[in-house]
Amino acid sequence: MLGGALKISKHKSLDSPGAKIATKDLKANFGKMQVLKGITLRFPENKVTAIMGPSGCGKTTLIRCLNRIHELTPNAKVEGEVLLDGVNIYSPQVDPVAIRRRIGMVFQKANPFPTMSIFDNAVAGLKLAGVRNSETLNSMAEKSLRMAFLWDEVKDDLKKSGTNLSGGQQQRLCIARALAVEPEVILMDEPCSALDPIATAKIEESIVALKKEFTIIIVTHNMQQAARVSDFTAFMYLGQLIEFDTTSEVFENPKSELTEKYITGKFG
Amino acid sequence: MTKANLPARISLWRKIVDKLMTILVLIAVVLAIVPLILILGDVFMKGAPALSIGFLTNVPTAQNISGGGIGPAIQGSFIMVGLGALISVPIGVGAGIFFSEWSTSKLSTISGFMNDVLTGFPTMVLGLFVFILIVLTTKEYSAFAGGVALSLIMTPIIARTTSESLKLVPTSLREASMALGIPRWKTVLRIVLSTGKNGLLTGVLLAVARAMGETAPLLFTAATSVIFAKSLFLPTASLTIYIYNYAISGAPSLVTQAWGAALLLILVLLALNLLVKLTIGRNSSKARMEM
Amino acid sequence: MQFRIRGDTILKILLIAAALFIIGIVVALAAELYKGAAASIFKFGPAFLIGSKWKVNKNEFGALPFIYGTLLTSAIAIVIGFPISLGVAIFISEKLKSHRSFGYVLGIIVDLLAAVPSVVYGLWGVFVLIPLLRTYAQTPLHHYLGFIPLFSGNPNLGSDFFTAGIVLAIMIIPTMSAVSRDVLNAVPNSQREAMYSLGATDWEVTQKSVLPYARSGIFGGFILGLGRAFGETMAVTMLIGNIPTITANLFSPGYTLSSLIANEFGGSSGLYESSILEIALILFAVALLVNVLARLLLWRMNRGIQIKF
Repeated sequence: MLGGALKISKHKSLDSPGAKIATKDLKANFGKMQVLKGITLRFPENKVTAIMGPSGCGKTTLIRCLNRIHELTPNAKVEGEVLLDGVNIYSPQVDPVAIRRRIGMVFQKANPFPTMSIFDNAVAGLKLAGVRNSETLNSMAEKSLRMAFLWDEVKDDLKKSGTNLSGGQQQRLCIARALAVEPEVILMDEPCSALDPIATAKIEESIVALKKEFTIIIVTHNMQQAARVSDFTAFMYLGQLIEFDTTSEVFENPKSELTEKYITGKFG
Repeated sequence: MTKANLPARISLWRKIVDKLMTILVLIAVVLAIVPLILILGDVFMKGAPALSIGFLTNVPTAQNISGGGIGPAIQGSFIMVGLGALISVPIGVGAGIFFSEWSTSKLSTISGFMNDVLTGFPTMVLGLFVFILIVLTTKEYSAFAGGVALSLIMTPIIARTTSESLKLVPTSLREASMALGIPRWKTVLRIVLSTGKNGLLTGVLLAVARAMGETAPLLFTAATSVIFAKSLFLPTASLTIYIYNYAISGAPSLVTQAWGAALLLILVLLALNLLVKLTIGRNSSKARMEM
Repeated sequence: MQFRIRGDTILKILLIAAALFIIGIVVALAAELYKGAAASIFKFGPAFLIGSKWKVNKNEFGALPFIYGTLLTSAIAIVIGFPISLGVAIFISEKLKSHRSFGYVLGIIVDLLAAVPSVVYGLWGVFVLIPLLRTYAQTPLHHYLGFIPLFSGNPNLGSDFFTAGIVLAIMIIPTMSAVSRDVLNAVPNSQREAMYSLGATDWEVTQKSVLPYARSGIFGGFILGLGRAFGETMAVTMLIGNIPTITANLFSPGYTLSSLIANEFGGSSGLYESSILEIALILFAVALLVNVLARLLLWRMNRGIQIKF
């Protein structure tokens, strides 16, 4: 048993129907290795939830299960349920392709499409969905680039290649790309880990602004970032959910010994 | 505010295209494999009846007389490929070492590039080159000329494989050796012999397999012969030339022998290919016959 | 101390000699071909390239029918072989991700096509493929689509551009497929995942993120296959009919640069021989150009996977 029983605080907003996306006894495997051992978690709507934990705790796998990307890895298996607005996205009637548009993802290392211009990167998802009207494309590109706080820096260079941007700009481009298809949830896998503090600050600024329209789940190993940016925090360890509560509660009043040890830096 | 109003479901058209492309890609795989099955099947079925001890050891006879064989061709092929190896292994390995260990020098870049270009070169032209160089000057077709022509084909392959497998050796090994005071030439040779051994062997096997299957370069260098070779400086038979001549001869008995020779050749090449796969396991980009 | 320097120097000299040898081959080859072709070059000049007559008795020689034959058969080979190669590569690299060993075996099987010697392809082509194609491809094509110039000729002749082109296609599939496979495998997974997370189907991921990323390398493989098709001799010689012809009719016999050399070099002399050597020089130049282009593209891809156009 790990340092005491699981302690999930019954915060008010978790019980209310406002949980945009939730997991129910979610288990995930890589071949023989079980990475997620049964996670039940509810992510509140229009809030930022941070998922924290030491390396190998399963936090990245968790979010990859939320938009059904995990199953694309060879020999990966998922059991349990993920509920988007109450509907299990793993049920056979649900088309994973359609779901993935509703749950966007920003990856750890910025991965703009190198053969596309900045504009084409931003509207890539829209074109996939069949949007052809250039007026719509233009305005959506501007809208999403603005939301990602990148518009002013690239508005004159939209036709240039996406790879000429700095690391931070590329990541914001990836955020814009994810935003353009109007997802409901945005998953971010340590989006700032490869960026300098200034670039990080810009992205954190955009995250706080974005939560008005989206539900954001961000994986981070940077506790200060979690404290700055998130409303709720989940702490994971070795594939299990140890604690979930408002960020201030988790940091100031951790209920589990394990959480406290992690927060105070006794292990990483 | 602008809204894209994307449909909740994926359009049927996109799903159809996805399924269609999967089918098309599958068809491509079938189309690629079917000829192989047909060829190997035909070679085995048509060539097997021709095989016999006599077939493998006798000299050719006239069309209507039975008991003819491809003995000289088997001997000739092995002799010339052997000659080719004798020439191409030292030069190829040497060049390969140079490409890997002195990779920054300009000579290395240029030569390495030329080497890659030579790998895919029309072998007919290489044969012509050796004809001008050797056959015209010695005034005769010979196994020697044939061997030299084959070596021109084998050297780039060996150089390439050697250089690639040496490049895989971590720099730390070289540095450790030199730090111990071992002179560079000894370091290089040691690394080549021990760690790169697999790569060398692979390269030689690939080159041999390639050379055994070549016809064009032998047309005007070794020509052909109906007797066993007694000297390296006389026209010499080879499996590939026999297959070519018999195939276009129009005589049914010779055509059967052509299939038999083809079967033998394929068996040898399959064995070599297998050896290559065994020596280097799963590193697929090195175990390619053609590259 | 002296011993070490001598050892190092000797090794370096030997290795440099080997490297120079390789460059030397290409240079000497060009020189010898040029020397031999000189008589023909001076006699005909650039008109040789567009001359369409090849008459030995009249000492009239022109390279056009052979250039045409090489180009046409290679074009057929590419048109048929490239999509198949790409399809195989996509199948192995994208569809078989969860079944790595199966993909490995399939790759080996396709590579086995490269192990079959050219002359065996020719043998098989003459006795198996020609009748097969005549019955199942050429006759129906002529019957239903004979109004198109491509299929307008008599489909029963046997040795023609069509058959030679098909065999060439089979022969270049392993090369192009192998290069494409390597290149597709090198595309980072994060590119695919980015496209998937925007809501793309499997094919859309391949079409819109994998293939564009890999296009430089795929094109390099394409050119490499083209180079092989240009230089291929034996199988083509046995299947093309060896009659210099310039026509749109695919069912007509033809002649290629390398087939001409194989068939007519032996026993030629004087201007005849010189013209054949000039043909060889043309083949050399074309093959050099194509191979250099292909290697440049592939080198570019290997040096830095990020492609900037």
